[in-house]
Amino acid sequence: MGLDKIWVFGEGDGESVATITLEMLAKAREIADTVEVFMAGDGDDYAEELGDHGAETVYATGDLDGGMQGVAVASAVAAAVADGDGPDAFMLGTTQDGRDVAARLAVKLDTPVITNVVDLEVDGDSLLGNEPVFGGTVDVKTKNTSGKAGIFLVRPKSFAAESAGGAEADVEDLDVPDLGAMGAAKVTDRFAEESDGPKLDEAAIVVSGGRGLGEADAYAMIETLAKAVGGAAGASRAIVDAGWVPYSYQVGQTGKVVKPTVYIAAGISGATQHLVGMKGSKNIIAINKDPEAPIFAVADLGIIGDVHKVLPKLIEALNS
Amino acid sequence: MKVVVCVKQIPDPADPGALDPESKTLVRDQKLILDESDSYGVEMALQLVDTAGEGSVHLVSMAPNNEVSGLRTALAMGAESATLVSDDALKGTDALGTAKVLAAAITRSEPDLVLAATESSDGYTGTVPEMVAELLGLPSVTFAKSIAIEGGAAKVQRQTEAGYDDVECPLPALVSVTAGVVEPRYPSFKGIMAAKSKPVDEVTVGDLGIDAGSVGWAGGGQEIVSVEEAPAREAGEVIEDEGDAHERIVAFLDELKVL
Ligand SMILES: Cc1cc2nc3c(=O)[nH]c(=O)nc-3n(C[C@H](O)[C@H](O)[C@H](O)COP(=O)(O)OP(=O)(O)OC[C@H]3O[C@@H](n4cnc5c(N)ncnc54)[C@H](O)[C@@H]3O)c2cc1C
Ligand SMILES: Cc1cc2nc3c(=O)[nH]c(=O)nc-3n(C[C@H](O)[C@H](O)[C@H](O)COP(=O)(O)OP(=O)(O)OC[C@H]3O[C@@H](n4cnc5c(N)ncnc54)[C@H](O)[C@@H]3O)c2cc1C
Repeated sequence: MGLDKIWVFGEGDGESVATITLEMLAKAREIADTVEVFMAGDGDDYAEELGDHGAETVYATGDLDGGMQGVAVASAVAAAVADGDGPDAFMLGTTQDGRDVAARLAVKLDTPVITNVVDLEVDGDSLLGNEPVFGGTVDVKTKNTSGKAGIFLVRPKSFAAESAGGAEADVEDLDVPDLGAMGAAKVTDRFAEESDGPKLDEAAIVVSGGRGLGEADAYAMIETLAKAVGGAAGASRAIVDAGWVPYSYQVGQTGKVVKPTVYIAAGISGATQHLVGMKGSKNIIAINKDPEAPIFAVADLGIIGDVHKVLPKLIEALNS
Repeated sequence: MKVVVCVKQIPDPADPGALDPESKTLVRDQKLILDESDSYGVEMALQLVDTAGEGSVHLVSMAPNNEVSGLRTALAMGAESATLVSDDALKGTDALGTAKVLAAAITRSEPDLVLAATESSDGYTGTVPEMVAELLGLPSVTFAKSIAIEGGAAKVQRQTEAGYDDVECPLPALVSVTAGVVEPRYPSFKGIMAAKSKPVDEVTVGDLGIDAGSVGWAGGGQEIVSVEEAPAREAGEVIEDEGDAHERIVAFLDELKVL
């Protein structure tokens, strides 16, 4: 037994659909008869890929002219729901825009948001969200009892994206009503950090550095090592906050969730907020000079040692 | 310029409390402190008012048991006054209920700018600020990594997956800030002494004109149905580096055939 209809919030870069959207579609297909996508932007850009992943219809707002997705998409969806076209549940990714849309929609529909969800189960005609709390040490299952469509914010990498071999999705307009003053925030420019090599959340090997590196310049060792193993470089929040590397490198609760084949943590203590972003890695190697560092509790291979001694030798060995 | 900062008072993260398996609420009998995430919003507000050359910073918090310790810390940093909403009817309130309460408390000060953190350290739903904006009918920018006020608008760098966006947002508006947006100051001794006599207005749900049935457990529309210990990841082999640990790492990577 599943739900009749789920709406998944779609995100993309104008060319391809974001992985988080495809991940949610895989789960939505499993628990609902009909899966549809709602999103900002031009639905035609994504109809083929979304259809292939099981979406029957894409409701798209068209270009927002720099407007924020949160208020525009939530207002459009609330209007559709008022017209009787709404689903039995909404799934949105835990991304900047996903959170904005979910929060505004919750107010408009007066429905709760169940957040940080890593799994969903059907329970009667409602859904249970499985949410790890306290840094993933406790699993909490929360049920939507509001009698209305629940809103679920899903963490990236919770489900495996998989093609369903579906036909191109139908594209329909999602009309954005007049937003008044609420729609006044506008994006005037966009900046992307360039990086070569595999993307942090897609790489088979991730090498992350933390405050134990001692200084910003030492981060070069992390990048060199990542290059040597064909992986991506990541970071703890401590060194992002310190300005050593940009936010796009951050792994953890407020950064990226990574699940590579191998995760190498160098000079990272293993705070719960870091662990939730990398604990799902298949293999974890930790290098830390403190034998009591919590990172060792999740490491398959732990090296008690100084990053300044271990990393240069490791890089040399791998490059020869 | 009038800035209102939402500040959450939370259990010390070093001693986070636990979920009571019976009542499914967070057990927090210990003293609450200012959420570090909110110290950035407080600092940002103080700097913006300073730059503007006029204005004030007011705090709004919802917390159990008339808790003011965290508010006093933020007042000691330099905020002028605070509103604290504390009421037994708020037990079990979810993010939406919290936003309703905060929005009602914020409206009273008619701010030009509302600041909050992108997410709290304990509940981290990351949804309350944007809900508050919606309830107040304000435009908003979340995930700000820098804010400047120019010509009646907030110019914000908003963090994105790939980098950042420049966003312009006319005031009044709500902006949620990330950690690292500014370096929070430590309260000075003078600040701490001064904070003791700064006004904290304590109000109840009724004072805000909110129906008690729309908040707390009753207002929630969600129910925790199970709380279980998560399966722990097993620790593996731990060795001490004696100058050759890199060889063990290379061997480990070889075994996994990832090189
Ligand atoms: C709401 C919230 C959200 C957060 N989100 C995130 C997040 O997304 N990601 C994240 O990472 N953190 C996050 N944090 C922060 C987190 O709590 C930690 O503060 C952070 O992860 C610590 O980073 P670190 O391990 O680099 O630094 P530290 O905790 O300072 O650890 C440094 C480690 O390096 C070791 N070391 C020192 N010198 C050497 C040496 N020469 N050789 C080897 N080892 C050495 C030390 O023994 C220590 O274990 C969040 C916190 C909050 C409150
Ligand atoms: C482990 C855990 C999981 C939870 N999961 C959910 C869930 O899935 N759905 C749900 O609706 N509720 C959930 N809750 C309850 C929720 O955390 C509380 O309702 C809380 O009051 C507000 O949410 P937050 O701390 O997550 O806020 P966030 O949205 O993360 O907070 C962001 C910012 O909003 C401001 N703010 C938030 N709360 C206050 C406050 N009380 N006073 C002043 N400013 C504030 C602060 O600036 C804060 O930094 C959960 C609580 C816990 C402890």
